[in-house]
Amino acid sequence: MIIEADISDRSGAEALHRYELNGAYDEMFSAVDHPRKQYRPLHNLLLNLGPDELRRSKHEADQSFFNQGITFTVYGSDKGTERIFPHDLLPRIITATEWERIERGLTQRITALNLFLKDVYHEGKIIEDGVVPGSIIYTCKHYRREMRGIKVPRDVYITVVGTDLIRNPEGNFVVLEDNLRVPSGVSYMLTSRRVMKQIFPGLFQKCRVRPIEQYSQALLSTLRSLAPEGRSDPTVVLLTPGAYNSAYFEHTYLARQMGIELVEGRDLVVHDNVVYMRTTFGLQRVDVIYRRIDDDYLDPLVFENGSALGAVGLFNAYRAGNVAFANALGTGVADDKAIYAYVPKIIRYYLDQDPILEGVETLLMSDPGQREHVCQRLDQYVVKAVGESGGYGMLIGPHSTEKERSQFREQIQAQPRNYIAQPTINLSTAPCFVDGTIEPRHVDLRPYVLYGDKITIVPGGLTRVALRKGSLVVNSSQGGGSKDTWVLQN
Amino acid sequence: MLSRVADSLYWMSRYFERADNGARVVEATYGLILNPAKVSTEERWFRAVSSLAPGAASGDVDPQRALFLLVADPEGAFSIVKCISGARENARQVREEISSEMWEHLNRLFHDVAGSDLKADDDAAAMRVVSLVREGSYRFNGVTDTTMNHDEGWHFIQLGKYIERACNLCVLLDAYFVLDKHADDLDWVGLLTSCAAFEAYCKACTAELRPERIADFLLLKPEFPYSVRYSLDRMHQALTSISDLSLSRRTEKIERLIGRLRSMVAYVQVGEVIRNLHKYLAGIIEQCRELHAAVHQVYIDYPIEVAFET
Repeated sequence: MIIEADISDRSGAEALHRYELNGAYDEMFSAVDHPRKQYRPLHNLLLNLGPDELRRSKHEADQSFFNQGITFTVYGSDKGTERIFPHDLLPRIITATEWERIERGLTQRITALNLFLKDVYHEGKIIEDGVVPGSIIYTCKHYRREMRGIKVPRDVYITVVGTDLIRNPEGNFVVLEDNLRVPSGVSYMLTSRRVMKQIFPGLFQKCRVRPIEQYSQALLSTLRSLAPEGRSDPTVVLLTPGAYNSAYFEHTYLARQMGIELVEGRDLVVHDNVVYMRTTFGLQRVDVIYRRIDDDYLDPLVFENGSALGAVGLFNAYRAGNVAFANALGTGVADDKAIYAYVPKIIRYYLDQDPILEGVETLLMSDPGQREHVCQRLDQYVVKAVGESGGYGMLIGPHSTEKERSQFREQIQAQPRNYIAQPTINLSTAPCFVDGTIEPRHVDLRPYVLYGDKITIVPGGLTRVALRKGSLVVNSSQGGGSKDTWVLQN
Repeated sequence: MLSRVADSLYWMSRYFERADNGARVVEATYGLILNPAKVSTEERWFRAVSSLAPGAASGDVDPQRALFLLVADPEGAFSIVKCISGARENARQVREEISSEMWEHLNRLFHDVAGSDLKADDDAAAMRVVSLVREGSYRFNGVTDTTMNHDEGWHFIQLGKYIERACNLCVLLDAYFVLDKHADDLDWVGLLTSCAAFEAYCKACTAELRPERIADFLLLKPEFPYSVRYSLDRMHQALTSISDLSLSRRTEKIERLIGRLRSMVAYVQVGEVIRNLHKYLAGIIEQCRELHAAVHQVYIDYPIEVAFET
């Protein structure tokens, strides 16, 4: 008997034996062998499951993703153009209390950023009052002069938002980045939940996880609320760049879940400032466009780049108020990484409140003093290009070589407005199943916020994982993966 | 329904039917060449190639290469693997319109056949692909009929499937009846097997294999799913349903074309056409082409001015 018990103990320990805490906040363990309360059911399960069983579950999950075609497109290769989205088997768990604070904080932040956008494209009071310098706003890569003075439906600019949060070593969630243009990834949140329910039904039930399946309905009713006046039964469509876009799976998935048409630019026709889509029965009027195409590609008449992804005349129809876009154009000015440094001030200015969620200390390279300070200590900072996303144009000081640092130093000196620096933050770690053992990997969290007639946040989000050991970069284009995120019932 | 979507559903279905047809013909031909006969192996492969890959069959057909050419040639536009990938590519453009089950089946079938990485001399592997496609096609057709709304999109799928089938049957009949003089019983069995028709034929006409009866069965039998008559009836049904839904006044041309086409098989006897079969079959194919063009013009690629007039 004793020997048997001993063996079963070892098999559990085998999967967990390489789990080392490295100074970052760990989502599962408060100390070695001390799982946090919300993780205890999972921890127990891991002690009882051998590596073979975990491997089998992982394989089952992979297969499920693959057969459902839950893939993203990899550019530039012929045969393997589709890969399944790398995902980790183990859920990331968030308590009700933690979530409540995130929800309040995001609502506050998004409300303020939306007011900021309205102000920037109309009166510009915040500039007059000297809170945010006009020199920074007007030099934003994504500032759209064409949007000046245009009234957008319900004054809502940012309908769909995916804000990136991280947990600092003290265990507090802080905002790392606002994605206010065309954030993606929500389909992975929804589909991986479905797969996880198949793989860990018992654990799922025991933990009392709050549902996220209502996201599609919430998105649809948010979009409908933006319809032009007098259109009581509006036609909502999702505009995709097409089957070769890396997020195409997500576009088809959301369109199907909402029961709306997935259109490409070539399906749309604008006549007398009204947008129609070309159907087998003739032309049908379109009222709301959930566009998954960047600003610059929407209308070749306004943004001259010869793009065939949008449709000629869309912007005029928008200006005439005959069609709504979600998100509005020009929202990128508010998620510029230099503006990010001003968000606490923006919140105080419009709402007269202290920010609930803090941001990361951000140094502007356009400021000579701060620039000098950072350039001498590049190995301690993360440097980011302000208009980029997806983990491109980034230097992670502690993991960089002398050559990369001197390259960045030159770039910063040449175009200071284009860069910001932040202290390197040790993102929190969560247990991941890697090569037969369970090891900690760095994670972030991207909840999705919907803003129409009201603000809706489904409890959960996409937890992104830096699957490479020690890496701090979670973007899928840079070797990141995802995890299902469980927000617990109170 | 979006015009582009209808077009993709139509082509998804055509490509799939083409792959299925290819698989049946290759399987039947491969079964035939194992037996010695007056018709040489080359001729038999020539027959298969000319009915599946128009243009590729000029001159001699190398029996060693023919199988590879028809199943998996990455260059040939007509190989079975190419057709499956064409079907999937079209399905991928309209993922939100078809059911998840349909996509899963088609996607899995594609990965099974495209991932097999065939060598030109590996007959066994090529035949495995063929049987995967044969079985996959029954499953896909079943899943399509049971999981999708039988609405406009489904009718475009039906239209694509049966217009493709009608044309394929005509080409295949033509290829067999041209070689009529040498054909022996085994070849006729081959033709029937190519149309999944052997058992059905025996039940209806006994196992006595008479070319005229076979032609009658495959052309004019309204009850058999792989006959030209049956295919044209289904096309008619699909087109009527689509035009009923659309309330468009521009469908008269389509109605005229499909009506005339159907009467070509509904009101003839096989004795009247067997002597000049080639011309008769070519006539059906030509009219299918006209119909295809008319459907495209009315539902898919109509001029904007026309849309604002109505």
